[in-house]
Amino acid sequence: MTESNASDHYDTIIIGAGMSGLAAGIRLAHFDQRVCILERHYTIGGLNSFYRMGGRDYDVGLHAMTNFAKRGDKKGPLAKLIRQLRFRWDDFKLAEQIGSSIRFPGVSLDFTNDIELLETEIEQRFPGQIDGFRSLCDSLLDYSDMDGGDQRFMRSAREVMAEHISEPLLIEMLLCPLMWYGNARENDMDFGQFCIMFRACYLEGFGRPFKGVRMILKNLVRKFRGLGGELKLRSGVAKIHVDNGRAVGVVLDDGTELTGTRILSSAGNVETMRMCDDITEVDVARAGKLSFIESISVLDRMPQSFGFDRTIVFYNDSESFHWSRPEHSLCDARTGVICSPNNYIYDGDEGELPDGVVRITTLANHDRWCALPDDKYQAEKVRQYEAAVASSVRFMPDFRRYVVDTDVFTPKTIRRFTWHDNGAVYGAPQKQLDGTTHLPNVFLCGTDQGFVGIVGAIVSGISMANRHCLQVQ
Amino acid sequence: MTPAEIRDEILDILEDISPDEDLDGLKDDVPFRDQLELDSMDFLDIVMELRKRYRVQIPEEDYGALASMGSTVEYLEPKMRDIVKS
Repeated sequence: MTESNASDHYDTIIIGAGMSGLAAGIRLAHFDQRVCILERHYTIGGLNSFYRMGGRDYDVGLHAMTNFAKRGDKKGPLAKLIRQLRFRWDDFKLAEQIGSSIRFPGVSLDFTNDIELLETEIEQRFPGQIDGFRSLCDSLLDYSDMDGGDQRFMRSAREVMAEHISEPLLIEMLLCPLMWYGNARENDMDFGQFCIMFRACYLEGFGRPFKGVRMILKNLVRKFRGLGGELKLRSGVAKIHVDNGRAVGVVLDDGTELTGTRILSSAGNVETMRMCDDITEVDVARAGKLSFIESISVLDRMPQSFGFDRTIVFYNDSESFHWSRPEHSLCDARTGVICSPNNYIYDGDEGELPDGVVRITTLANHDRWCALPDDKYQAEKVRQYEAAVASSVRFMPDFRRYVVDTDVFTPKTIRRFTWHDNGAVYGAPQKQLDGTTHLPNVFLCGTDQGFVGIVGAIVSGISMANRHCLQVQ
Repeated sequence: MTPAEIRDEILDILEDISPDEDLDGLKDDVPFRDQLELDSMDFLDIVMELRKRYRVQIPEEDYGALASMGSTVEYLEPKMRDIVKS
């Protein structure tokens, strides 16, 4: 199926070695295309990467993989991606969460990967709302309606929820985890995106491989390379060269030129447009704004030893949940996510993780972080870490006396790993669900195409590769 | 290829698409969809695997012929008769 025999010509050039780019690469290489993945950073993974510091392994991004499925499940996105990429269940080997909680002042809702617990919790804490919750569940769009064609996709999730649930606090509480795990829009959510995240978090649930995100990335890269795919790190794309209304290739930061029949970009919508040399002005206002800092604490004991067994806690310290970029401060710790990778049900033969870890994610302002001079940046990392931890211990046991090591990553770090404008974690609010651009042979995958999260990004790469790069031949 | 060899080849493709699936009890006269819960993406994969492995082209209007093992083998027999099993 190779369309040109020139030695430096690729059937498909993929920009970005994150989850979506690697997954797309596997599909195309499997069906005999000559594929090259270009990555600007010195490592793979994009938002979902990892690093090693002070002898310890850290994950960027991954708290939990959503869309949990048990071995043998045939439905749902995880089963689909395993089939499409020709993996086996053991290649992911997901351990199920112990249980997570949504904590607001004076009220908490627990949930697991079995929706029945959340239903029981709602019945007890919000008597009178359970029928509304069930009818909301019945009104969810199916994954097959997620190509954007359904009129309801773009409705306000808050509006739809209010048609079913009359208690505003319950609406806020249900939205909190879904926005935290996959909403690029400030304050409200598209109903379609709400449905994707509702299924991913509440109906399917959370899991994690014992070895974290590196295990998934290692499997993706090994498979891609095994199929003859080429992966070039430290190879940022400076320019997509356009001739006669078609992309003909890319120019790398170091000046190297590569030609390709088509280009699949996970760099983001605005970011990809900026690379195209036929476009002079890019509407940067369309880029996403939501970015995070993450405050990581390594502990001298396991979280369960001091009574904390939650996999994830989504907290908010008032009755209204504010989901927007902090405009006048570096961070906003009124709401946050507490995650402990220790609190999964790992197999007996895997044992325990080497350290107890608590990770806290809070909202942050990318521009303010990037404007700090270096000494101030370092000092603020310490200050904002303390603020995030102080905020979180209102919703979990105080762990501060057990901390032996800390690290913080900021929107500046996220920008370095993803190269997305504003360090926007979930990309632009306006998704390009069909993956098309103004050019007939340049396509988008990854966060700005639609699905987010690890499973979502992989499914995005697969579906865009199938739709635009395989079926056209 | 004989019909039996074509059947083995389809089994091999299904095994490749879905390695954790138990294919031993697969019934030839029951649609794949009812036994294996294959979706449209998986059907497309069967088509593409046949193209990749044997250069067999299946036009989109013929996809319906791939509903069950029996109908698939029957449909492919004239197309794969002259292919020597590798």
